[in-house]
Amino acid sequence: MGNGSSMLTQYDIEEVQEHCSNTFSQQEIVSLYQRFCQLDRNGGGFISADEFMTVPEFAVNPLSQRLLRMLDGLNFKEFVLFLSAFSSRASLQLKVEFIFKVYDSDGNGKVSFNDVLDILRDLTGQYIAEHQREHVLTQVLEEAGYTKDSLLVPADFMKILGSSDLKMEVEVPVD
Amino acid sequence: MNKLNTSSSELDLDGPNIEDYLPSGSIQEPHGELRLRDLLDISPTLAEAAGAIVDDSFTRCFKSNPPEPWNWNIYLFPLWCLGVVVRYMILFPLRVMVLILGWIVFLSCYFPVHFLLTGQEKLRKRLERGLVELICSFFVASWTGVVKYHGPRPSMRPKQVFVANHTSMIDFIVLEQMTAFAVIMQKHPGWVGLLQSTILESLGCIWFNRSEAKDREIVARKLREHVHGADNNPLLIFPEGTCVNNHYTVMFKKGAFELGCTVCPIAIKYNKIFVDAFWNSRKQSFTTHLLQLMTSWAVVCDVWYLEPQNLKPGETAIEFAERVRDIISVRAGLKKVPWDGYLKYSRPSPKHRERKQQSFAESILRRLEEK
Repeated sequence: MGNGSSMLTQYDIEEVQEHCSNTFSQQEIVSLYQRFCQLDRNGGGFISADEFMTVPEFAVNPLSQRLLRMLDGLNFKEFVLFLSAFSSRASLQLKVEFIFKVYDSDGNGKVSFNDVLDILRDLTGQYIAEHQREHVLTQVLEEAGYTKDSLLVPADFMKILGSSDLKMEVEVPVD
Repeated sequence: MNKLNTSSSELDLDGPNIEDYLPSGSIQEPHGELRLRDLLDISPTLAEAAGAIVDDSFTRCFKSNPPEPWNWNIYLFPLWCLGVVVRYMILFPLRVMVLILGWIVFLSCYFPVHFLLTGQEKLRKRLERGLVELICSFFVASWTGVVKYHGPRPSMRPKQVFVANHTSMIDFIVLEQMTAFAVIMQKHPGWVGLLQSTILESLGCIWFNRSEAKDREIVARKLREHVHGADNNPLLIFPEGTCVNNHYTVMFKKGAFELGCTVCPIAIKYNKIFVDAFWNSRKQSFTTHLLQLMTSWAVVCDVWYLEPQNLKPGETAIEFAERVRDIISVRAGLKKVPWDGYLKYSRPSPKHRERKQQSFAESILRRLEEK
């Protein structure tokens, strides 16, 4: 009855663990697999954007549309890889790189002023005027020693975010 | 599934504040000068999103929890097989016979009463009530329902409505065998729909279609008319509007709570030792659900008729609904979640997202001013 956990052999689990650089325990992989099957309503082996949006708590997230671009059509291994940045075993480096990837919408390895502005727009919506958003962003960029035209690379993100106590962890429920 | 649309804003005003329920640990109140790091650090929002992907309270409300299997042991397996034989070969045919007998008795009495006693409304209504209670008792017998009723039995009085948590359509049968309630229910297709529009209609039951916005007004009007009639059957409403798996309660729709009547809460808790009474209408038809119940050993449940509640001065209908939900959840041991059960059929409104955006924007603006 949809209880597919028994279908994962130890080999499968180890393979997935390797794929996500051992950021999840075997128990957690089994839990994630159950969750994956639950979200994959039509049983196609991947989760579509529509299926992700059936989770209201996800749908109301300001960044959900942006994340869907990374999430749409993930199979189980990719699903676990996506979530691995949120594991407590993931390194700070991995977490910062993940955040960088969210910003870097065209995937060219550089984050421009507009990329940051896009995210800021998602997060603040109509509650800050566009010109004020640009003004604020220009100001803080300059204070941090960058300009409006600077292109940020992962190393910059590491410098900016790496020192702070970045807490980006999600606990996988294990029964 | 592709027809999912954003629920209308009118619906959302009904809701308790979702933010009150969601974990707020990740949202720390920032202080001091605004730095680039503060703008770039989107980790709290990302963690929230990932948390919802890994586990979320809404999906948990509608997850079927089948009973733990106990047959995977060489000693237990033959016993379990024996049980299967007894349940399917002996109990099930017996139960089908009980049900058929019930229907024969019911129909052969109901039609004469319904068509011949047209002159004596009062007597006819009383007999029909009795007959519906009878057929429901047959239904309960057909799954060997072991139902324990606690508290005083509901009586017929104008200006009161009964509200209960909802797990399956059998809730209705379980309650109906004690008191002939008039119920507000989703219109179903198939044989259930036929029963609804013929027999149950004579009890004063009201049907609607969840997706029809127009129906909502008609139902609201019918409701008001019904509760003020002195001789009408007591009204039963499942304010969740959808079946929940009996571990959680979802938001109560406020309709039942703004009629200006006394609200009598009823809590129903099923014991899952033999069968999961949750009707997952996405996965099985009502017939399959009934067959599942009829081939199990028994359906065990507790029903509590709780203290009648009235709107307190200054209380809104939504607050009243939440208070009654509290009472039912505590009694039946259910966890409360803020979600509207109709989200099974539609997407949450952008309003909730906008509220998050607003609070983030405000914190940025506040810190700008601090400089």
